[in-house]
Amino acid sequence: MKLSEKAEEILEALWIAVEEEGARFLDPERMGFPADDPAYKELTGHTLVEIRQGMVYFRPEGREEGKMTIRRHRLAERLMMDVLNLRGDAGDDKACQFEHLLNEGVDIKICTMLNHPATCPHGKPIPPGECCADARAQGDLGVVALTEFKSGQEGEIAYIQTKDDKKMQKLMAMGVLPGNRIVLVQSYPSYIFRVGFSEFAIDSNLAKEIFVRK
Amino acid sequence: MATGCGKQAEAPGKSPNIKRVALVGNPNVGKSVLFNALTGSYVTVSNYPGTSVEVSRGHAVINDQSWEVIDTPGMYSIHTITEEERVAREILLHETPDVVLHVLDARNLERMLAMTLQLIEAGLPVILVVNIMDEAERMGLTFDLELLRQRLGIPVIGAATTRKRGLDEIRSAIVAYRHDPENPPHFAYSRLLEHDINEVAGLMVGEYILSRRALALLLLQQDEEITALVRRREGEGFAVIAEKVREIAFNRRGSFHLDLSLERKDIVKKLILGVFTSPEKRVVTWAERLSCMSVRPLTGIPLLLIVLYFGLYKFVGDFGAGTLVDILEQKLFVGIFNPWITGVVKMIIPWEVIQELFVGEYGIITLGIRYAVGIILPIVATFFIFFSFLEDTGYFPRLALLVDRIFKRFGLTGRAVIPMVLGFGCDTMATMVTRTLETTRERVIATVLLSLTIPCSAQLGVILALLSKFPGALAVWGTCLLLLFVVVGLLAARIMPGEAPMFYMELPPMRLPQISNVLTKTYTRMQWYFLEILPLFVLASILLWLGKITGFFGKLITAMTPVMASIGLPRETAVAFIFGFFRRDYGAAGLYELQTKGLMDARQLTVAAVTLTLFIPCVAQFLIMKKERGWKVAGGIGVFVSLLAFGSGYVLNQFLLMTRLLS
Repeated sequence: MKLSEKAEEILEALWIAVEEEGARFLDPERMGFPADDPAYKELTGHTLVEIRQGMVYFRPEGREEGKMTIRRHRLAERLMMDVLNLRGDAGDDKACQFEHLLNEGVDIKICTMLNHPATCPHGKPIPPGECCADARAQGDLGVVALTEFKSGQEGEIAYIQTKDDKKMQKLMAMGVLPGNRIVLVQSYPSYIFRVGFSEFAIDSNLAKEIFVRK
Repeated sequence: MATGCGKQAEAPGKSPNIKRVALVGNPNVGKSVLFNALTGSYVTVSNYPGTSVEVSRGHAVINDQSWEVIDTPGMYSIHTITEEERVAREILLHETPDVVLHVLDARNLERMLAMTLQLIEAGLPVILVVNIMDEAERMGLTFDLELLRQRLGIPVIGAATTRKRGLDEIRSAIVAYRHDPENPPHFAYSRLLEHDINEVAGLMVGEYILSRRALALLLLQQDEEITALVRRREGEGFAVIAEKVREIAFNRRGSFHLDLSLERKDIVKKLILGVFTSPEKRVVTWAERLSCMSVRPLTGIPLLLIVLYFGLYKFVGDFGAGTLVDILEQKLFVGIFNPWITGVVKMIIPWEVIQELFVGEYGIITLGIRYAVGIILPIVATFFIFFSFLEDTGYFPRLALLVDRIFKRFGLTGRAVIPMVLGFGCDTMATMVTRTLETTRERVIATVLLSLTIPCSAQLGVILALLSKFPGALAVWGTCLLLLFVVVGLLAARIMPGEAPMFYMELPPMRLPQISNVLTKTYTRMQWYFLEILPLFVLASILLWLGKITGFFGKLITAMTPVMASIGLPRETAVAFIFGFFRRDYGAAGLYELQTKGLMDARQLTVAAVTLTLFIPCVAQFLIMKKERGWKVAGGIGVFVSLLAFGSGYVLNQFLLMTRLLS
């Protein structure tokens, strides 16, 4: 089932109204799409919603579809902010366009890449998908910053994320290179890690730039 | 750095018989030990990364050949980041050494070989010294250096220079070295990277000491110094090169440094396959256990207190400032030497005025030399023994990480702990060491804190002796300094512009220091210290003598009386403060004299001690401040410190009068 963009937006608005704001239905007048828009027909055609007395109500199938639509929207927002570094209105704008591409498994890939985020940049919850439940079941932490490791935990360096070239080179000179094994020896008052047979102490500003895989 | 061109110009003029060997490598791998072993001279060796901030040169005769040996500051890569690394690279760029000894730590062969590759790639005549083999073997590591030699195509020598192991082999390898610049060993990168390198290198036509291949890589890494060098050499052709570099850099944007490091890592992986085997289980040595204890706050802080109590309080305070000063100053100078020399001088020189210059109240010998040798020497010597010992154990980097969080609040990093601790020995030396801090902001903050709140060992020793009869006074004095350290630090972090610094530091293994090394290091530090302070003490004596015979001194004391009175001190203390201008410890020693005469009560002593500790740094420290920070900053700090010192003295006096805390 592939819905039009407008139909997806109506579903999202309905889901927010019902699930997060506690309403029972959505008033098309408040939505900005007049009630005679073909998108409503599309949704009723797929038996996702029904319209009674001019108000839009979920059908059970629609509720699930709405949840996945909102999930794609909020994942898109996270992607804009975390990876593409687009913030504010620009980010929201792009996310609105981008979300419609996140179907047929793309959402799972993005969700895994973002390490199954739980909230959108505005602090609203992202409904978990199957991939999130699987990850949780396997206890797979994925790629995390070194600051999330426990003392004594060992892992493999996945990547260094920093905009500062000097920081990058310093870390590389310490042997912090993707693929190397790293042991977090201690995390307070400073981070101490071991790569090979050398130990280094760094502060949390540097430690949070090192991403490791368990 | 500005001398780069100068060095280059003088290089062709060097004596043709003298060959050069340069020592390069990561920090703390034993370059300086090797330098000392080869030349028989001495540069400071320690178990602290980044001790050599300057290039040292020495001479060695190897198999009847005369060699110049150059020791360089540690560098992690040929692509330099810090000032020290640039200094080290200058040698390679401009001095055409006949042999480059790359010294590395056997335990970290894999990580450090990347730089060997860079040196070979640059077409330099490299000998690889795999050092610290003894500790590596103790950890159960085994090496097949012959295999490594075959794969690298350069001489490879296993050594443990602190144990004199491998020195003969290194000497013969230096003499026997034949460099074949036509056929350097070649380590290929990926096809894509090779293509990029060739594109850039192919455009270069100038003559260079380093290979074009290496220079092309440095250009692609956007190395400013190399870019400037190539611009100079290539002249008009540079525009084309710059365009090519820009194009490749753009295509590889975002990850060139990382890609290159990863490619080198892969090459190294293949090189050390079968060369290096480590035991299945990590061997945990006692040193590692101690290391663990020292970095955990729960055990680390008690350990620090133990170190401070026995090292600073018992050894430096009790033994140095107590026992030794008593023997030297009281028994030797006051009891025996001074009366004798006074007699001798009075016999030889008939004029009383001149007699006064040497053996009078402020005489060069009876005051200047007595203070320097009788009071300052034993205190400073015991402090430097303590400091050097601790330095060689590898304790300081651990202390640095322990205090990093706290120091961050003062706009510093844990790295500043070294100058701060050294400041308790000699603030002047410590001000020089602030150079090892990364940003100007940190350096200025550290300089302010040093000149204001850290008493040097001589001063500390005297003040401890002075106030030890009044425990309350000692507590007030300590609290005042600590309070000001914290307040000024917090304020400085807020006021000073600039970014928050970052902290990173290699933790060298803990070692039991070699006594001989500790003693030599103490000796060189003492030598430096004495050459610096003795002339000042003599000068101070002369000026005081001049002031006394011209009557200027009396006027100055009268002029300062209201200031002294405002902070509740008798007019005689003005003398100590005038001394204090030359050196703070000199001033403290002056207070000591007043106290023995019974001129001051507990409150006055405390106020005087606090004011004097905070007071302007000694002339020597001021001069170093000027040299390191410039007139403006140094002058500003001087004025600030003086105002704050007297201001604090005033407030403290009022506070003590009001609360009657010490009476």
